[in-house]
Amino acid sequence: MLSLIVFLPAALAAVLVLVPGSASRRLFVGTWIGVSALDVALVVAVWLGLAPGGGFSFEERVPWIPTVGISYHVGVDGLSLPLVALTAVLFLACAVFALRETRRIKAYVTLFLGLQTVCLGLFVALDLILFFLFFDLSIVAMYFLIAGWGHGDKARAAALKFFLYTFLGSLALLLGFILLYLAAEPKTFDIVELIAADPLAGGGTYASLALLAIFVGLAVKTPTVPFHTWLPPAHTEAPATGSAILAGVLLKMGTYGFVRIAMPILPDTWRQYALVAVIVGVVSVVYGALVALAQTDLKRMVAYTSVNHMGYVLLGVGAAGILAGSDEQARQLATTGAVTQMVSHGLITGALFLLTGVLRDRGGTYDMGAYSGLAARTPRFAGAFAVAAFASLGLPGFSGFIAEFQIFTGSLPSAPIPTAISVTGILITAGLFLVALQKLFLGPLKVPDAPGSPRAFADLHASETVSIVPLLALATVVGILPRFLLDVIEPASRVLVELVAR
Amino acid sequence: MTGMNENPGALVPELLLLAAAVFGLLLGAWLPRHRQYLVRVLAAVAALGGLLATAAAAARPDEVVFGTSYAIDGITHATRAIVLVALLIALALSADATAGHRRETEFVVLLQLGALGTIALGGANDLLLLFSAFLLASVPFYALAGWDAQPLSTEAAMKYYLSGAFLGVAMVTGIAILYGVGRSTAYGPLREGLTAAPPAVVAVGLVALLAGLLFKAGAVPVHFWVPDVTDGTPAPVAAIVTTIPKIGALVGMYRLLLVAVPPGSVNWTLLVAVLAAASMTLGNLAAFFQTSVQRLLAYSTVSQVGYLLMAVAVAGRADLAQPSLFLYLAAYAVTNLGAFAVVAALPELRDLDDYRGLARRHPGLAAALVVCLFGLIGTPPTAVFVGKLTVFAAAVDGGLGWLAVLAVVNTVASVFYYLRWIAPAFRRVDTDEPEKSPRARTWTARTAYAAAAVSLLLGIAAGAVLPLLAGPPAVGS
Repeated sequence: MLSLIVFLPAALAAVLVLVPGSASRRLFVGTWIGVSALDVALVVAVWLGLAPGGGFSFEERVPWIPTVGISYHVGVDGLSLPLVALTAVLFLACAVFALRETRRIKAYVTLFLGLQTVCLGLFVALDLILFFLFFDLSIVAMYFLIAGWGHGDKARAAALKFFLYTFLGSLALLLGFILLYLAAEPKTFDIVELIAADPLAGGGTYASLALLAIFVGLAVKTPTVPFHTWLPPAHTEAPATGSAILAGVLLKMGTYGFVRIAMPILPDTWRQYALVAVIVGVVSVVYGALVALAQTDLKRMVAYTSVNHMGYVLLGVGAAGILAGSDEQARQLATTGAVTQMVSHGLITGALFLLTGVLRDRGGTYDMGAYSGLAARTPRFAGAFAVAAFASLGLPGFSGFIAEFQIFTGSLPSAPIPTAISVTGILITAGLFLVALQKLFLGPLKVPDAPGSPRAFADLHASETVSIVPLLALATVVGILPRFLLDVIEPASRVLVELVAR
Repeated sequence: MTGMNENPGALVPELLLLAAAVFGLLLGAWLPRHRQYLVRVLAAVAALGGLLATAAAAARPDEVVFGTSYAIDGITHATRAIVLVALLIALALSADATAGHRRETEFVVLLQLGALGTIALGGANDLLLLFSAFLLASVPFYALAGWDAQPLSTEAAMKYYLSGAFLGVAMVTGIAILYGVGRSTAYGPLREGLTAAPPAVVAVGLVALLAGLLFKAGAVPVHFWVPDVTDGTPAPVAAIVTTIPKIGALVGMYRLLLVAVPPGSVNWTLLVAVLAAASMTLGNLAAFFQTSVQRLLAYSTVSQVGYLLMAVAVAGRADLAQPSLFLYLAAYAVTNLGAFAVVAALPELRDLDDYRGLARRHPGLAAALVVCLFGLIGTPPTAVFVGKLTVFAAAVDGGLGWLAVLAVVNTVASVFYYLRWIAPAFRRVDTDEPEKSPRARTWTARTAYAAAAVSLLLGIAAGAVLPLLAGPPAVGS
């Protein structure tokens, strides 16, 4: 079942490669939408069939390289399934959004389908090498996406920076995996077996080095300060759908790695250095928010809020490792909040990036100073953007509030001062989104002269509405009726907290 | 010594190569120029026969034949298999470039003789045989480098020959020293002899001996011939000299250090580790701003040898050392030949800029290029990734964690220059530019597709291949 979900897009990509590029654009995008919708339906089926309790469901395991303990091992639990669902939904949204894409559509769609397989595969992988495989391929696919469909020469430079930076991270991760492999007896790369074996119980230098390598690898991908410098250019230069996937899914690969690999396999060491994660998280929260505040480029601003939002996740997972002063319930709350934040950020920021893509499509620039008073001309766009902005700043009633509230409540007992500092991050993001809304939508109407085509500044088209509004609707549903999501996450985070505390 | 085994039946793959080379040479002398492809077919048949014989021999118990000079064990079987597959790819790769050429037969025969020497390097269990194999793996390739008799090729052949002659002398000197203190040239007795010998003398002898093998492998500090030969010769020749002799040199080095040198006497692990570090780092740095694709690939092969030497450095100290060495060698051979096949299929394109727009004009070749270059980087699921993974694991396991970290940094650095090649291939071309769209050579292009596919499949099927590569060396007594 999981393999079907993962490899369905790749299978379609393999078929589409054989179709001549001169075929209708609708054919490519249409089949992509179909397969993505099918994937979403299958994920819903998996969601309904998920075993209660914290264990893995739908496991499949086939030996791959048995000599070195590598197998094709997939499965989902409450930590991964929400992210699988998020990935499926976001790709469906991007597929619908891509109805308006005109450049080299065949390559575009096949590349996206490949990326879809890679992203889904990463979240169901239960083998370190399988995880690494998808981790690495996501970089390759995103590189081509940014370099091929970004905005000109700067896009290629940004793509190269993105590739080098995140590839360094992925190889640091690989070193960490090798250290884990060599420590285990019998030697294996299997995540479930490694969690059960806890090979580096008791800590020590070796365990610290392993955690350091894994932490750096995941921190680059997340990204946290000081490893975030690849993010703003990559986002600014990427096409809208690429940004949405980059922020919505690829960043989650880093944070997901913490809850799936770093915390349960290295519990002692994680507890030892949990405060480091908390501090890195808080710095990311505050720094990301402050730098976002200083941006005049809308897309850069949204990119920096990602650094801020991922900081909350790190705060949560760090606090889950601090036993002193906290009870199990608080740590569980922090973990659940961190996973909820991943889903919430994916939905909201995905929508925000698609919306900035719409803005650039109409006006040709991301510069906020070039626009003003758009609310009157484009009410649907203004409405959607306002909803996304309010959701992103953590207004109650949206998913971001649920996530951040849980993280703060769960982190407060064990790390009161860092938590207090990071609450200021919410204030700053609130400020910056309000400023952005004010600049873009209020005041007298001003639109830039789009180079070449003096066309009317159109409101959201039907395909754009259909792709963006459901994301915001989902974020609202999670914000108002979060139980359906929390019921899935909570058992898994309880198991995780027990594993970390052992 | 319990009875000498001088059964030539143990050497069927080697003898097939030799017979096909000799017979091919005679045949070529009688065939008209446009029928010389028969020599190539004969060579391919002999290689296939050799592969079958290798498979059959692998099922029999290990032995040491012809006194104690030649080992028939897992190491030799793996070497034979890798070299013969590489030979088949090289034969297909060079078909278009040499077809109908005045010296087509000579090309094929030289290639076969060089491959024979390479296999012998891997199987040699005696210093003297090792040196004979070194010569057999060198002389045909010198001639091959000057094969097309263009000024650049002649210069390349000259440089190749002179550095080879110089380092060959160093190698003989090393052998003489080791024989002097170890009182034997056979690996088994040599090991015992060297245990009691003064370590300083052993170190001098070993370094001089390794110099020759490092030259064959194209490793720092004796890599100076690599860029000139690779850039100065036609792409098929460059592909061959940067791939096939490396296999034998590294396996020969591995067997020598594992079997003939006692672990306590000289710290060769550190020596090889430093050489590995130097190779990967200098190769990468030199490759950074090359504009000629063949020169870029030349330096890339130097850095690849660095990763391969990591496995040699931990010989006998990590379980994974041997399987990782062979898996990486196989993966490297296929992937490197694949990358060169793309170059050879489009001989008019010399510089990175010439590759602009390749994806539009030759989508198949662009795909093969992407697979091979990302393979050389070590992106999963290609074969080199599994090779790198196991090599890194072996290095960390063998206590060379610092080398693994350096290798990771180097891998990231290598991404930069491989992407400098990939990126223009996918760039759109300005339409009014005069279309520089040469036709791709058919056979060479097919070779590129096949090599790229094998490179992927070998990665996915690595689980089945790895256990075959772990057999211990046969020492004999």
